[in-house]
Amino acid sequence: MRKVAIYGKGGIGKSTTTQNTVAGLVEMGKKVMVVGCDPKADSTRLLLGGLAQKSVLDTLREEGEDVELDDLRKLGYGGTWCVESGGPEPGVGCAGRGIITSINMLEQLGAYAPSEGLDYAFYDVLGDVVCGGFAMPIRDGKAEEIYIVCSGEMMAMYAANNICKGIMKFAQSGNVRLGGLICNSRAVDNEREMIEELAKKIGTQMISFVPRDNDVQRAEINRKTVIEWNPEVKQADAYRSLAKAIDENQMFVIPKPLAIEELEQLLLDYGLMEA
Amino acid sequence: MATAKKKLVQWEPTDVKKELLKKYPAKVARKRAKQILINEALENTTPEITANVRTIPGIITMRGCTYAGCKGVIMGPTRDIVNLVHGPIGCSFYAWLTRRNQTDAGVDGENYIPYCFSTDMQDSDIIFGGEKKLAAAIQEIYDIFHPKAITIFATCPVGLIGDDIHTVARNMKAQLGDCNVFAFSCEGYKGVSQSAGHHIANNQVFTHMVGENNDEKAGEYKINLLGEYNIGGDGFEIDRILRKCGITTISTFSGNSTYDQFASAHKADLSCVMCHRSINYVADMMETKFGIPWIKVNFIGAKSTIKSLRKIAEYFGDQKLIDRVEAVIAEEMPAVDAVCSDVLTRTAGKTAMLFVGGSRAHHYQDLFAEMGMKTISAGYEFAHRDDYEGRRVIPTLKVDADSRNIEELEIEADPERFKPRKTEAELKALEEKGFKFKEYDGIMPDMDPGALVIDDCNQYEAEKLVELMKPDIFCAGIKEKFSIQKLGVPMKQLHSYDSGGPYAGFKGAVNFYKEIDRLVNSKVWSYMKAPWQESPELSATYVWE
Repeated sequence: MRKVAIYGKGGIGKSTTTQNTVAGLVEMGKKVMVVGCDPKADSTRLLLGGLAQKSVLDTLREEGEDVELDDLRKLGYGGTWCVESGGPEPGVGCAGRGIITSINMLEQLGAYAPSEGLDYAFYDVLGDVVCGGFAMPIRDGKAEEIYIVCSGEMMAMYAANNICKGIMKFAQSGNVRLGGLICNSRAVDNEREMIEELAKKIGTQMISFVPRDNDVQRAEINRKTVIEWNPEVKQADAYRSLAKAIDENQMFVIPKPLAIEELEQLLLDYGLMEA
Repeated sequence: MATAKKKLVQWEPTDVKKELLKKYPAKVARKRAKQILINEALENTTPEITANVRTIPGIITMRGCTYAGCKGVIMGPTRDIVNLVHGPIGCSFYAWLTRRNQTDAGVDGENYIPYCFSTDMQDSDIIFGGEKKLAAAIQEIYDIFHPKAITIFATCPVGLIGDDIHTVARNMKAQLGDCNVFAFSCEGYKGVSQSAGHHIANNQVFTHMVGENNDEKAGEYKINLLGEYNIGGDGFEIDRILRKCGITTISTFSGNSTYDQFASAHKADLSCVMCHRSINYVADMMETKFGIPWIKVNFIGAKSTIKSLRKIAEYFGDQKLIDRVEAVIAEEMPAVDAVCSDVLTRTAGKTAMLFVGGSRAHHYQDLFAEMGMKTISAGYEFAHRDDYEGRRVIPTLKVDADSRNIEELEIEADPERFKPRKTEAELKALEEKGFKFKEYDGIMPDMDPGALVIDDCNQYEAEKLVELMKPDIFCAGIKEKFSIQKLGVPMKQLHSYDSGGPYAGFKGAVNFYKEIDRLVNSKVWSYMKAPWQESPELSATYVWE
């Protein structure tokens, strides 16, 4: 089983990209589990056809410790297991502690056991790794390969670089590696070249370039992944090729994050090329 | 065979200091060197010590945490306020009368000291926040006990997850109507020691309780007794003496105290500060807001008790009181003198070490002195420079980031209730006679030249000191108790008095003389080594020889 975590700046499209990619993997015949690690619990909406799932923490709170695996997960598109870690309302409690608790609970209940026959476990993680809890998927080998969703915007690149610092820290003590950057295009100038260059500097690859397409939005309105909503559209192929690239990926590295000056320079070099 | 301990060669204090520091890495040794001083009498001044700074990680300190200082020390001894610990049950258990604060349930019978109140936070409370559980706990306490006040104490996790305990308290106070509810942000990790907790407690007690009851209080010569926690019944003995002298104690902060005492404290005419470190904040604030002057007193030691009583009598300046105080002293002292002179024959010349508190290490030296015993080394766990060198250094204290972390209240004179207790002329006359207000000279001027003054002493240094200097008695807290005894030296806890006390006042002095006599003259310590360890060569003969 491959254990994959998707990180990236808030609002960059991690959940959308993850679920659409999972749909691509499902088409290839893979058995996947998606674990949403966001207190908002919206990481499996497209696979389940709506916010239809009680989170692990809510279940734990109501049922006490006496829970079974099937209380925590739900079957989604193409036989995908969907789990939402959940968490407190904004501004109270400790969401990071919640993620630690729910991942531990999943492990104890055998969600990752070989008998489950999983090919992939995907962790969809909150944008900023603000505390230890959000680093949980990359600690202790919970996730072994990381993909960072980013775009050609400064803040997205900055966040990607920052996440690399976290990966570097944990890679030195464990076996987590960076699998590549996924460029979720915002249609800024020279975006593909800029992200390719950023990836090169960090020591990784841009594993896929996902173009901006309103079909993603249309599928979301229908609470579906693009592939489920309309397998024929061009964007469905974009996600299929991302799924294929991840499935065939062989490049796993310990990233070398950039100094802030280098990052600024990259933006100057590429962002102003046309001007 | 077992014999009295052999005294080693006399160590020079400079060598002892060198020996204590030898084991440390260079940087640690440099820092610790500033906290270990050889006392010397300089001209009108004392050497400068470093105190109230962070303990170096890796050192097993004698200190406690901020929560311990706030909940355990200041608020723990009060009887009719329910102290609710917001946190996991482990923190709460250690708030449950682990100090020997005694209490008298009084006629109303309201006494919550034997109880342990906790929100018992679980994993899910950490994740989802504990505010609702806290509010429910307050409601439950109110429904069962109807106390006059409920106070909430934050433990470390509460600060980390950011539960807004003050808002919960405010809302519950409004909702309950007849119960004062307020909270202390006394998370254990704040500050460098329990001292931060004392300050936080002072601030909240002053803000939320002092001045709440404006009823006039009956009695003459009204005082507040600040920084007396009634360990082992100390407060009861002091109360007995004060009552006998005709002095009225409006409030005690906070041994055997009640809500009404705190609420009426502004009705006193003099604040008497026992433990300077833990309570001087509230003494200052009451002076600023209500015009109550404060003096430093000490009821540990018969002579100190006499001095303190005379000082109080001198302040009120009433011949009736002065005569009564003298009569009480004359009546009490023969019993004290009798025991003292008996004990003195066995204790004179013996040596003691004291590492305790923010005042106790100072106060107890008076009792030892009365027994002819010499304090060769002493220091505080959590005191500041002013407790070592005297309050005159306060303007020169460096306010570091750790101290800035603790709120400093801006207090102004109360527009209606501020009332100077003495006229300017009266104050001046008293001061001219040598009477000192707001004065504390610290521990160092009272210690012998060459004595070692050690701030924030630790496990390693304590053992090393005992090994080198072989004191006849070592006084500290429970954490040090058994490691010291294993070295073959009697150990007396001066935080909780083991199972003894009271040691304050006249009867307390007698108790202390007897207790220390028993400890330092016990033969048991000479049996620490088995006979074959003392003299390994056995001589024997065969029966047929």
